[in-house]
Amino acid sequence: MTNGFALQSDDDGVIPTASFAALLGQHRLAPTWEVPPGSIEAPEATTILAMRWTDGVVMAGDRRATAGNFIAHRRVKKVYPADDRSAVAISGTAGMAEELTKLFQTELEHYEKIEDTRLSLDGKANFLARLVRGNLPLAFQGLIVVPLFCGYDEQEGVGKLFSYDVVGGRYDEQDYATTGSGGSEARAFLKSAWREGLEESDAVRIAVEALVAAAEEDSATGGPDPKRGIYPNVVTVTEGGYREIPDDEIAPVAVDVMEGRP
Amino acid sequence: MTMPFYVPPEQLIKDRAEFARKGIQRGRPIAVVEYDGGILLIGENPNRSLHKTGEIYDRVAFAGVGRYNEFEMLRVAGIRYADVKGYAYARADVTGKGLANAYSQTLGQIFTHEVKPYEVEVVVAELGDYDNHLFHVRYDGTLRDKQDFAVIGGDEDRLVEEIGSGYRPGMGLNDALDLTMRAIQAATENEIPSEHWEAGVLDRSLGRRKFRRLAGDEFVPAD
Repeated sequence: MTNGFALQSDDDGVIPTASFAALLGQHRLAPTWEVPPGSIEAPEATTILAMRWTDGVVMAGDRRATAGNFIAHRRVKKVYPADDRSAVAISGTAGMAEELTKLFQTELEHYEKIEDTRLSLDGKANFLARLVRGNLPLAFQGLIVVPLFCGYDEQEGVGKLFSYDVVGGRYDEQDYATTGSGGSEARAFLKSAWREGLEESDAVRIAVEALVAAAEEDSATGGPDPKRGIYPNVVTVTEGGYREIPDDEIAPVAVDVMEGRP
Repeated sequence: MTMPFYVPPEQLIKDRAEFARKGIQRGRPIAVVEYDGGILLIGENPNRSLHKTGEIYDRVAFAGVGRYNEFEMLRVAGIRYADVKGYAYARADVTGKGLANAYSQTLGQIFTHEVKPYEVEVVVAELGDYDNHLFHVRYDGTLRDKQDFAVIGGDEDRLVEEIGSGYRPGMGLNDALDLTMRAIQAATENEIPSEHWEAGVLDRSLGRRKFRRLAGDEFVPAD
């Protein structure tokens, strides 16, 4: 039928009808990047992190995207809501990361509307692994995407974190996770700063501190920039849902953290 | 060799229309009513998890009566259509009108080409910042743009009369609930127990996704 409206999917019934990615494939709209052999340089998004606290999880990312030695963008957003109970952030090739995020978000919403229930947190994490795995051929040409995923598990009533590798391997993280060029610096910071029983305000502060620590060592990670009004993106996910912490709440924390650095 | 009987096209269409109409009239009606903060979709549905109303897209909702498998297929096709369109272009490009046209074309096609017409009618409701849109699509693909409220299923004329006599533009949600619940019970001459109501709203005060279902304790049945 015309204009993409069809009563029945023309797949063989193996792929669940509630999958948006499968539907896009049928319409030949699935995002693909065909890169000839060799390598190209595209802007890269860098440091992201997530950690668990008492009521849920917190996720944060710096705002810089780099292309080689250049700062390509100063106000990139790397942390997104996946749905109302989870958040996703993707480091690596920025353009692909953004498209995969959009696809991931649409998949979750599509499933929720058709089935009248959300995917389980595990189901979401597995689907994201499949998206990353689909991108593997491009990783050989330097176009890498590595996400972090976190959310509130409504069945178990706890916040959970998932990290991924470039082949789509999915790892359940206990307390905190980082990725991106400044990820190891951020992890080193979190290793000493993270503790059980964090409150939201503590978790947010530690997240900002970890990003500042990463920015001090890694040129591809952007620190807070009060002069231009650029601050890290920080979000929380709890039983009450996804919440983006506004810049005017992050700004005083960021300024305080920077002043307190040795 | 047997010759097929000649059936004049007028008769064919009439028979099909009558067949579809009968199926739809047997169904329990749904009313879709504009109120000051959005659009209410409400009807009787003894099934707890098989819904007749649902979310299609940010500002677009669906209501269907007739055969469950048929309107469910339309609902799912609508979600697929809307999500693909919104993904390929932008979220603002998904409109109720586009979807209503797609339903209209599909139902029209099925009415004349398939062995059996669909025994369904649907309403596509779209919440606007200022103007709402209600589209009524019939089993044969007839598409109408409704004002204030739309009714599908059951004794449609009677229910239109019942709602029309009490409807005031700009009424609140509670008044709209009270009016429609009374009207539906009067039109179906049936007392509907409170747990058999299904209701959802496109609520202007919500964020991006405007549709939500009303929980049982959010509306008190009209007595």
